[in-house]
Amino acid sequence: MQEKSWSPGSEVAVLTEKIYTIALAGNPNVGKSTVFNGLTGLHQHTGNWPGKTVATARGAYTYQGERYRLVDLPGAYSLCPSSAEEEIARDYLLSGQADATLVVADATCLERNLSLVLQILEQAYPVALCVNLLDEARKKGIEVDLTALQDRLGIPVVGCAARQGEGLESIRSLLRQMVHQPLPPAHPQWSDDEEADPGAHLRQAEEIAAAAVHTPVGADRLDRRLDRLFTSRATGIPVMLLLLGLVFWLTIAGANKPSQLLSRLLFSLQSPLQAALSAAGLPAAVQSALVDGVYLTVAWVVSVMLPPMAIFFPLFTFLEDAGYLPRVAFNLDHCFQKAGAHGRQCLTMCMGFGCNACGVMGCRIIDSPRERLIAMLTNCFVPCNGRFPTLIALLTMFFVTGGGPRASLLSAALLLGIIVFAVGMTLLVSRLLSATVLKGEPSAFSLELPPYRMPRVGQLLIRSVLDRTLFVLGRAVAVAAPAGLVIWLLANLTVSGTPLLQLCADALSPLGHLMGLDGMILLAFLLGFPANEIVIPILLMGYLSAGTLTDYSGLEELRMILTANGWTGQTALCAALFTLFHFPCGTTCLTIRRESGSWKWTALAIALPTLTGAALCIAVNLLLP
Amino acid sequence: MRKGYPLSQLPQGRSGEILSLEFTGARRRRMLELGFSPGRRVAVLEEGPWGDPVAYGVCGAVIALRREDAGKILVSGE
Repeated sequence: MQEKSWSPGSEVAVLTEKIYTIALAGNPNVGKSTVFNGLTGLHQHTGNWPGKTVATARGAYTYQGERYRLVDLPGAYSLCPSSAEEEIARDYLLSGQADATLVVADATCLERNLSLVLQILEQAYPVALCVNLLDEARKKGIEVDLTALQDRLGIPVVGCAARQGEGLESIRSLLRQMVHQPLPPAHPQWSDDEEADPGAHLRQAEEIAAAAVHTPVGADRLDRRLDRLFTSRATGIPVMLLLLGLVFWLTIAGANKPSQLLSRLLFSLQSPLQAALSAAGLPAAVQSALVDGVYLTVAWVVSVMLPPMAIFFPLFTFLEDAGYLPRVAFNLDHCFQKAGAHGRQCLTMCMGFGCNACGVMGCRIIDSPRERLIAMLTNCFVPCNGRFPTLIALLTMFFVTGGGPRASLLSAALLLGIIVFAVGMTLLVSRLLSATVLKGEPSAFSLELPPYRMPRVGQLLIRSVLDRTLFVLGRAVAVAAPAGLVIWLLANLTVSGTPLLQLCADALSPLGHLMGLDGMILLAFLLGFPANEIVIPILLMGYLSAGTLTDYSGLEELRMILTANGWTGQTALCAALFTLFHFPCGTTCLTIRRESGSWKWTALAIALPTLTGAALCIAVNLLLP
Repeated sequence: MRKGYPLSQLPQGRSGEILSLEFTGARRRRMLELGFSPGRRVAVLEEGPWGDPVAYGVCGAVIALRREDAGKILVSGE
């Protein structure tokens, strides 16, 4: 792209800006996105399993006065596309939009990466190879002879360890050289008429790797030992449950004190805030609306949601980046296969733990539309981070007495049981869908188990706090503020002496009682449609009927308010069931609509969990004394 | 042509050389690209909690295949 500008007094057009476009291609899991981040300074999320990048990402950097645009293509094994991601990558590479192509390869797995390099060499020009993850290779004793690679491929080859920031400067310098003075096209040492033989590239890759890569025997011993632990018949599933239980326990135990401190702090600011507004001359009603409605709701959401999220997301991201999630998919694939679902649904389900909307979007990694729909429709059967604190609160208030480490262990164990139940329901509903409205042939499935990588804790903390925790929390707060206002209005606007809030709750009362709940609880769920995080604050404010949340100081207080309004253990059980299985939140519904392109499926996505939850609640209510 | 038997019958801990693939079309291409090509060695690494899928070591990587697919890859035992 060139822009000409006329500088005053000059008769000559001055070229102001040419932007060079560089395409980043490579197999999945080679650290392409890390190279991308390193060059551009952007913070695109990287994960250690296939399909993390399902669209192209773009960024830019300036080097020696020139602008470079980087296009990070989805990972592809080949230019003959077998998936949507590969199609995107191939189309872009063949389009000629890029001024140069940089193929990123994994030094610990070079032979397999080379066949893509060889294919790209035939289709794009100029091309260079970046051998990434040299730090990992070093750890395993694998040596890569970059010069030999360069000789045999006929293209420039640089090495890097993008995670450590090594080699990025050489890449920038190489790219500059490529766009200005590219080497002449490679003269391959093989003949071209082996196009029809897909094995040709593979054999060549094998020869080149044999010459340029030296792998000592037993280089991956640690990986194999870990896989023995994580995926063997005997230990695979128990270890998985233990790990998940551990994550829950750390989240519950670790969030307890910070939550108390935060809520004490934020609620103590209520009076000064009111005083300040009063001094500003605002009318009393507006003061109340802002302080008792908006501020307190936001304060509640932040103090209850932030600490668990700030622990859960980093832990989960750690497991993700280390490469554990594909092992989970490996362990559970059989169950998903039996349920008529795609093996990758396990991965999208795990994504749903963080945020259901993200889980739904992540379903793009499933190619078959039928199986993708099953995954999207069942994603919200596992609770997201917006619902975990609610479940934990219900558990802590009604089913786990006392405090201390034993209580948090018990809570973690119960939460684990709840999650296992939720996963079971996911499988059951998937089975139902694949037997009825979404019948069809199962599609092909293979799963790569990438090498384990030690995540960089510093970067991980920053990313999971900024990208995930603050993002999800920020969204919740953005919803909580207006929601608080709405509740305040409903509670303070009266129709013939009764607050609107009470009228709505009374209308829902029959259905509520049938489900073992009450009208106010149902109303709270309904009003909590925009974001699951606000259900409990709405419920509280409803019960306190003045529409305010004064003097909230902890879960014990909350429990007293609930029991004063007729809650029993059974109510809590039904509330937990409905928390697990009810309509997806607003953002998730919109995402389902966008991804599926159809209101029909979105309606089903809303109906399925709601009907499931309602049925379970009614059953519990009828069956228990 | 050496006699081969399906990869799915190769026990854990053993390895063999791939003789041929019984896939066609796009499936065949995908298998080749993952590394399962005639002449390469493949090792059976982990059978998993349910015995399906199974993790195979091929071409420096670890790929999990369902038994149904592994049954279409013919290998020679050691």
